[in-house]
Formats: sequence, C-alpha cells, structure tokens
Amino acid sequence: MNLNYLFSFTVVVALAMIAWAGIDVWGLNGLFCIAVPYVAAILFIIGFAKKVLGWADSYVPFRIPTTCGQEKSLPWIKQNKIDNPSTTTGVVMRMFFEIVLFRSLFRNTKAKFKDNYRLSYRWEIFLWVAALAFHYAFAVVVLRHLRFFFEPVPQFVQLLEKADSFFRFEFFAPFFKIGLPGVYLSGFVLLGALLFLLGRRIFLGQVRYVSLASDYFPLFLIIGIAASGILMRYFAKVDVIAIKEFAMGLASLHPKVPEGVGAIFYVHLFLVSVLVAYFPYSKLMHAGGIFLSPTRNLANNNREKRHINPWNYSVKTHTYEEYEEEFREKMIEAGIPVEKEQ
Amino acid sequence: MGNDIKPEELLARTDFGTPATGWMDTPVEIREGMYCYAANPKSVEYVGLPYPHKWDPLEEDWHLPDNWQQIIHEGMKQRLERFRSFKVFMDICVRCGACADKCHFYLGTGDPKNMPVLRAELLRSVYRNDFTTAGKIMKKVFGKKISGARDLTIDVLKEWWYYFFQCTECRRCSVFCPYGIDTAEITIMGRELLNLLGLNIDWIATPVANCYRTGNHLGIQPHAYKDMLDFFVDDIEEFTGIKVDPPQLNKKGADILFITPSGDVFADPGTYTCMGYLMLFDYLKKVYGLDITWSTYASEGGNFGFFTSHETMKRLNAKMYAEAKRLGVKWILGGECGHMWRVIHQYMDTVNGPADFLEEPVSPITGTVFENARSTKMVHIAEFTADLIKHGKLNLDPSRNDHLKVTFHDSCNPSRGMGILEEPRYVIKNVCNHFYEMPPNTIREQTFCCGSGAGLNAGENMELRMSGGLPRANAVKYVHEKFGVNMLACICAVDRAVFPALMEYWVPEVGVTGLHELVANALVFPGEPERTMDLRGEPLLGAQEDVDEE
Repeated sequence: MNLNYLFSFTVVVALAMIAWAGIDVWGLNGLFCIAVPYVAAILFIIGFAKKVLGWADSYVPFRIPTTCGQEKSLPWIKQNKIDNPSTTTGVVMRMFFEIVLFRSLFRNTKAKFKDNYRLSYRWEIFLWVAALAFHYAFAVVVLRHLRFFFEPVPQFVQLLEKADSFFRFEFFAPFFKIGLPGVYLSGFVLLGALLFLLGRRIFLGQVRYVSLASDYFPLFLIIGIAASGILMRYFAKVDVIAIKEFAMGLASLHPKVPEGVGAIFYVHLFLVSVLVAYFPYSKLMHAGGIFLSPTRNLANNNREKRHINPWNYSVKTHTYEEYEEEFREKMIEAGIPVEKEQ
Repeated sequence: MGNDIKPEELLARTDFGTPATGWMDTPVEIREGMYCYAANPKSVEYVGLPYPHKWDPLEEDWHLPDNWQQIIHEGMKQRLERFRSFKVFMDICVRCGACADKCHFYLGTGDPKNMPVLRAELLRSVYRNDFTTAGKIMKKVFGKKISGARDLTIDVLKEWWYYFFQCTECRRCSVFCPYGIDTAEITIMGRELLNLLGLNIDWIATPVANCYRTGNHLGIQPHAYKDMLDFFVDDIEEFTGIKVDPPQLNKKGADILFITPSGDVFADPGTYTCMGYLMLFDYLKKVYGLDITWSTYASEGGNFGFFTSHETMKRLNAKMYAEAKRLGVKWILGGECGHMWRVIHQYMDTVNGPADFLEEPVSPITGTVFENARSTKMVHIAEFTADLIKHGKLNLDPSRNDHLKVTFHDSCNPSRGMGILEEPRYVIKNVCNHFYEMPPNTIREQTFCCGSGAGLNAGENMELRMSGGLPRANAVKYVHEKFGVNMLACICAVDRAVFPALMEYWVPEVGVTGLHELVANALVFPGEPERTMDLRGEPLLGAQEDVDEE
C-alpha cells in the first residue's frame, strides 16, 4: 500500500461525503450549489491568468528547441520541417502535432534487457493511446454539457451527441437496465482511460516511485466525476429539466437553488467545482504550459537569425592583448605572428 | 564497487527495481567511482567565480558560507525570472514517466534518481516549497511526502550536487517528453546554483580556468600548440608519404578561421582527426588555393563554461568572435565537437553577436552560400565537407577505408540541439564502403550519450562513465556482432576521448574515429605516392598483395 494514493483516494471520498452531507444533512444548498461553483470559477480564472502571466513574465533568453530531425542546411539535404522546424509555419505544425496528437509521447519506448544483456527497445504505445483517449473523451464530455447551458441546444452539441451515441448499447434486465437514454461512448472511454492511467501509476514500479499524491488526486477526482455522471444518466435518474434550469441560472448570474434533484447531482457538482478550483494550482496547468515550452515552440534557425536576449549583459573576458602579453616571447620564438614585437 | 567494477557486476544490478523507501526518504550516498573530485579553489578563483574554497564531497562538512540557503534561494528566484524554460518546467511536469527509461544513466545504474523526472523533482520539491503558495500550504498541512515539497537542507544540496553531476545534459529525455521538458535545462540551472557556492567539479573548473588563460581547456601554450601541429605534419608524411605544409597560425587576413576542440590536438584517437583536418586543408590549399588559419588564442572549440554557468560559457566563447575580428577573416569554420556546437548553434550569436564584421559564409571552392549560417557566420565542417563532396571537389578512394567496418554515433548536442544528421552520414558513405547503422532507437535524435559528456569525462568516476555509456556500447556491440563493425565514427571530441575506454570495457574489438580521419584516408592528393598505411600506421586492406602483384 502506498500512502500517496491512499491519501488521494481518501480525500476524494471525503469530498464526496461532504457534498452529500452538506445538502442532505446540513441543508446548505445555497453554499454548495451557488457559492462553491462561483468561488471555484473565480479561483480558476484568477489562478490560470496568474500562472500564464507569470510564465509570460519570464524571459526567453535563448532559442533552445530540442531538434528531433534533420536541420535545414544544404539545399540537397532534406530537412525534417516539422520535428526540426526553421520557420514559423514549421513551428506551428510542430506545436499542432504536439498539442493535438501528443507527437512526442507517440515516440515512447520501453527499454528492457534481453538475453545476454542485450538492451532492446519496444515501441510502447499504450500510454499515448490512453492519454489521447482520456483528453478527447473529456473534451467531448465537457462540450456535451453545454446542452445544459443553452436553450435551444446549439447545433454542434447536438451533432456531437449524435456521433457520441453512434454505437447503440442496450441491455435490459429486471434490476439492471442500460441503453435508455442512449449510451454516450465518451463517458465510458473517459472512465476506462482514467482507470488505465491510474492502474499504470499503481502497478508499474517506476511510475509508482515517481508519483506524488498530487498525481493520484486528479485521477481519483475525475474518476469520481465520471462515475457520478454515469450513475446519474443511466441508473439513478435525476431531474434533468431542473438541472438545466439551475445551470442556466448559474451561467446567467441569476442562480437559483435546484430542488429535489437527488444527492448524486450535488456530489457531481461539488467534485467538478473542486477540479475547476484545483486546476490552476496544480500540474494540470500543463494544458497551458505546453504552449510556452521553449524546446518546442521555437524555430531551429539559430544560425540564420539572431535571437536577442533582453537581459544580455557584458562580461569580463580574457582579451587577446592580455593573452599576448603573457605569451609574447614564446610566440615570437615559435614564429607565431604577434601584434607587438616586444 | 567503485572504479574496478566488472562489466558483469555492473549489468547484474540493472534490474530497474525501486528501493523500499520513497525517494525523499532515501538519503544520498556519495559513492567512490560515481562522482568527480571537487573543484580546485585556485581554478575557481582564477576566473573569479563565487566562493572558491577547499572541500571534499566525502566529508560531512562542505564548508559552505553561513547564508548558503539564502544564496541558493535568491539564485533560484533570479533564474526563474530570467529563464521561462526553468519556470515552465518547474510547473508542468505530470510525472507520466515517459522519460524514465530514456536516460542512459538510469539504464546503466538503475538508480531511480537518475530517471529524468526524479532528477528534476530534486529541484522541483524545493521550488514547490519556496516559490508556490499551494506547495507551502500543502506542506504545512500534510507534510513533505504528501505535498512533494521540502526544505532546502544540506542533504538536499548534496543530493543536487551528486545527481546534477550524473547528468550529461544530452536532452534525450526531452525528445520523449510530451511537454518538451528538458533535463539539460534543469541540470544547467542546478549546476549554476551549485556554482554560486563554489561547488563545481575539478574536471570542469580547471579546464575552464585553463581555457580562460591559454585559450584551450588543456592549458596548451601557443608555442606548444604549434609544436603539436607540426608534429602531426611529420606523422602524416611518415604514414602517407604526403608532405603537407604546416598550418597557418594567427594569420591576419586569411579567408577562414578554423576552430576545433583542443582535445584533438592532444590525445589519440582525436589526433588522427586533427591530422585529417590538416590534410584536407592542405589538399584544398594546393588544389583550390584555400586560405585558412588556426588560432592559438581561440584554440578551443569546446566550452566547459557551458557546464558551469551561462555567464562562464559566454566569457569563454567570446574569444571566437574576438579572434575572427582581430584576424579580419571572412567567416569561421568549426571542427567536429558536440557541446561546442550546441553553444555555437544555440547561444553564440545571442551572447556574443552580432557578428556584423564577418561575411555571410560562402565556400570559396564550390560557391555554396551557407544560408543556414547567415547570421552566426560559423559553418560546421561536416556541412563544409559534404558540400565539397557533393560538388565533386574531392578526389576520393573509399577503398582505402575497406579495412574498416564503420558505424556512426550521433553525438547528443549536434543531433538534439542542432539536427546535423545527414551531413556526416553523407560524408562517411562517400569515403567508406562499409557503413552500418546501429538500431533506430539508438541513433539520430534518439542517440545515446557516450556517458561522459557535460564535463564528466574524468578518471575518478569510471564506474559512472561505464554505466552511462552502457546503452551506447550495447548498440555498438549489436552491430559489431551482427556486421563485424570494428570502427565507431563520431563528430565529437569528448566522444573520441572517452569512447576508447568505453569500447575497451564493453566491446573490446571496436576502435574510435572522427569523420575527418576517414576523409583523409580516402583523400587522393595529386601525384601522391601509393599509400600502404592509414593515418594510424595500420596497413590498408590489399595493400600488400598489390605490391606483390606489381
């Protein structure tokens, strides 16, 4: 057992209990349904802006792209324009592949000693697959939730829902029914990817060793969010009309406490609020940081175009004059040209 | 254990297991064979770096100033403001672990703190504690283990020192990181901070002081430098029968200034590469009238200042432009070296430019304009030679390298901090008939470090070097067994200095060469006598039979 994941798991369970108790026991509906979401949103906006502005505030003194392919040099040598870009277009392409398709993670390999201590490297694609699945499924889920904030529901959200429920799953038994309403694939992909990423952290020794509590916490938190969402949609049906009214009230700054929508919704809402508030103060800020990563977002045209360091300062150097002063005699003797003959 | 560790013992421990205690609770143990000796205070003092003092890593007391924590804290603060790379990389790691088994030191030592992610966490844990509100609060409430934040104690500092001098800044992890987090940046910052307290290693500090004074790391004075080059001229005549002119030194008004690492002037097998340069330049001079000069003042291409601090790097690098200006050359040609090219390519123009007193580089022989070096005005010799070959300007007989089965090691810095991958291969394929690539995961941008870069090529840390070089040697062994490869070519002077020991340890039948040694072997001078030996005095394949037949 590992303190880090036990701790994170306990915290997420505790948070869910607090939400439940807050509404069902203490009756603090106003606090949990209105104050908490707003505070979370404010913390998110302030924290996110502060972090990004903080990064932007730091200088980029040197142009230090990590080059992952052939440089631009002689005209007859084919340059790798994406992995070693020399133009802004190339950089945009590189960033596009990095951000949208996780290009670098796609390269991942696993090193292993085989017979006779031969090191071999296997292409290890599962982390990439799970990471992509997680991020895209999460994006679809978030976009789908826009239906709760708009009346009428925007066209693209409807289209997305259609695509998301393209595969129809139906299973009806006396105590277990699934398929009505239509099953959204994204929610299950999200949950599956999360469980894979969590399992990886728990069961792979190397990854477990480097993992902090703050690596498990967002996983458990989002698992909690996804699970409560799935529960609400397919099993413990909630009053969707009331939730939509509440969501639109929140968005239009005329919040109204929803009545009788079931405890599970409050848990869901509270965990989402925690995630939103936690985001900018955590590693989740990689979402913003990747755009500013100097090893990826700069062109490798260093020798072609001078990069300016705003804080470049002059330094003391050992000048040629000082050098010749010390070695003049020896230089003359060896027949090396000098500036001053004596 | 230590420097006499046997290959089998070293391999036996690489099981990639993890210690029972968490990394924060596993104290650092500074071990013989794994670290380099402390900097000589005289060297630190000579270049005016902070806090020169005598200390020993194995002793309890490192004799630090009383306010050392404050010095580090302020140093970190300043660097977070100055380097966006540092700040962003401190914040965004998700510890996905993709970098873990990409590091040659992790693969070779199995020490989890050599996983790039943990190497960075050594600093990040202090960053969280000192520079983030969330980290501070979390540590107060839940303690250091849960928060991942910890105070900068003397043990933490020692851990920094041990592990930031177990990283060669090779950037391989950065290729695989989904956010491009570059451990080289982290290590560079870590070493800068340690240098604020005078905690450099001597293998870096003394070359830096030498370079500052004499123009090169090895402290070779101008007359001795000339002697060595003249000595090569004699060797060339002895082995090839060709009389090359002694190289021009410090010649004003030459067309091109040539700068290469001093290591190649000093020790085998780099010396053969140096002889290769001399022969190529002499050939170009006799056939095409090339006017090139060497310099004793700027007699170092490498820059161990880069392993000390950005400022020291700048101070040593300044000599290149200063000398080019003084001599009034048109542009600069650079020899084969790894970190030298990282500095030239990614830093020189920024720190010591603009080089507006030089001209846009044009090959005087082919007329090729090196547009990619338009601003920095420095061309890599592999680019220069590849261009010569492409234009048919060199008369080459690759069969003279037929006694060699060659593979090519991409040096870290030129591949991941520049991208010079095809040029050296093009040259090799034109001067050798037998060329074999190592497996794809071990070359080009995924190349493995020699294990001794970034100033770690000392003698006292052999166990570290042999461990770090394991993945590279392992790939060489593969092509040695599969194709009979007997020569490892590279374009880096540190490689040439350290690979012989690494090969001796892991793959004893493989030699080490620079690119231009191979070029010179194949280069046919007008009216030259029949060659029977290569530059090392080794007999050429078939040379004996040919003589018999005639």
